[in-house]
Amino acid sequence: MTAIANTSSEKIQKQSKGFDVHALRQDFPILNSTIYGKPLIYFDNAATSQKPKAVIDRLVQYYEHENANIHRGVYHLSDLASNAYEGARDIVQKSINAAHKEEIIFVRGATEGINLVASSWGRTNLKAGDEVLISQMEHHANIVPWQLICEEKGAILKVIPVDENGELILSAFHKLLTEKTKFVSIVYVSNSIGTINPVKTIIESAHKFNIPVLVDACQAAPHLSIDVQELDCEFLVYSGHKIFAPTGIGVLYGKEHYLNAMPPYQSGGDMINIVTFEKTTFKEAPHKFEAGTPDISGAIGLGAAIEYINGIGRSNIHEYEETLLAHATQKLSEIDGLRIIGTAKNKIPVISFSIDGAHPMDIGTLLDFEGIAIRTGNHCTQPLLDRFGVSATCRASLAFYNTVEEIDFFADSLIKVIKKIKS
Amino acid sequence: MTNTRSIPEIQEEIVEDFAMLEEWPDKYEYLMNIGKQLPRLREEAYNEENKVRGCQSNVWMITRFEDGKIIFEGDSDALIVKGLVALLLKVFSNHSPDEILNADMGFLERIGLQAHLSATRNNGLSAMVKQIKFYALAYKAKMTA
Repeated sequence: MTAIANTSSEKIQKQSKGFDVHALRQDFPILNSTIYGKPLIYFDNAATSQKPKAVIDRLVQYYEHENANIHRGVYHLSDLASNAYEGARDIVQKSINAAHKEEIIFVRGATEGINLVASSWGRTNLKAGDEVLISQMEHHANIVPWQLICEEKGAILKVIPVDENGELILSAFHKLLTEKTKFVSIVYVSNSIGTINPVKTIIESAHKFNIPVLVDACQAAPHLSIDVQELDCEFLVYSGHKIFAPTGIGVLYGKEHYLNAMPPYQSGGDMINIVTFEKTTFKEAPHKFEAGTPDISGAIGLGAAIEYINGIGRSNIHEYEETLLAHATQKLSEIDGLRIIGTAKNKIPVISFSIDGAHPMDIGTLLDFEGIAIRTGNHCTQPLLDRFGVSATCRASLAFYNTVEEIDFFADSLIKVIKKIKS
Repeated sequence: MTNTRSIPEIQEEIVEDFAMLEEWPDKYEYLMNIGKQLPRLREEAYNEENKVRGCQSNVWMITRFEDGKIIFEGDSDALIVKGLVALLLKVFSNHSPDEILNADMGFLERIGLQAHLSATRNNGLSAMVKQIKFYALAYKAKMTA
């Protein structure tokens, strides 16, 4: 990342060839909203992203022309729905370069994906005295499921510490890796401070001890290209709603031999081979882990969202977002008394900050009156904020549809709001 | 300071004050201003025991009982919440447990704050009101014991 002072929008246009943010914004109907009479500036993308027309239209198309239950019907409509659903699985597989489509399991979101692995893999493989390794910058969703399974099994949760820049302390990680370690579950990109972690290095190190690794890719998925074969992780999860897809759909990737060795998480219809009252045999992955009628439209919407992103081009998005991050960091750094929390070298455009003498909740509420939506609070990462000695921060998290003009208006509004609070 | 006006009278006055402020930003500015005027508690009062849990911010509340009336004092780390605390103290402090227990909370709805404050912040507001009623109940029980 290079800091660019006084970035003008023309400069950014020039830097990202073929990337026209103002044209792309037209794909997102909600971005035309006004809040308290001001144009909406949506800076809470790490919480959830807005949806492009392509995704919304795909859902309408599905419900108007393809809706039926999948995998069961012998009639044409059910085939249409099944094909659309399985087609979405193909799109997901391709987008993260999984070796087999059977390695893609549709879940409700990353939270369910992690719970599935913690419960199914953890219950089968963990025993008293074993250790599970996570980091200090995990989202609560990648802490609590492990805490519960460790408690149940008498296993111990170990934590990789974070330094003052918000980067993982890798030397500490290497010391924590021992023959007792049975699993590593690590966040790819921090949701509260934006740090991109060196997950490939972490996975390589864990594999020297034959330890499987789960990657929480929730914040990576909207901003970075993901290649599970290159990462060589055993599991990876993300939530669809953070990558411009509907809520209620997410992805769990698992290496085939891991998934097939794991017991089902939930049970019911569409995941069984033979059911008698004496015994039930199960289908192979992914169906073994998709009990009941899944979120069919959500999966199809996710497929549409991925195709939409592919249409813009990952590298175009990445390049543009880097200029947004540089500009926002520059603008915020100029504000008196503002402390950016998380100054890692590699970041996505997520900026957490606190301001001397102004509570995040007051800042967030007053910015709302300017039409600006930011997140305030602990961002479901209490242990991480404890590390920085704060209980809450303001967080501006950007997406490729945000603009330099929005950042400038945000910075000006922030100065105005701080003055109001402190006066 | 003795409070000679009844709870409904004070509530009515607050409702009128808010009615004069047409836009939401103005209402919040008003809240922040009364928050700024709220004095800090004595330092040792900022402890876990006196904390009323909210999601986004912290509230501390202490009480004492004088001449059959409950005196409330409170503070928050967020200015808007501090304003809400000040509002509640203005209404409830220096009244008897019975007056507090019989008080109608409808005034918060009438100034629209209940609806406007988002769910998380509203939970904090509800928690404060609950805490006030809880104190009233406790002092009443003590009086009749």
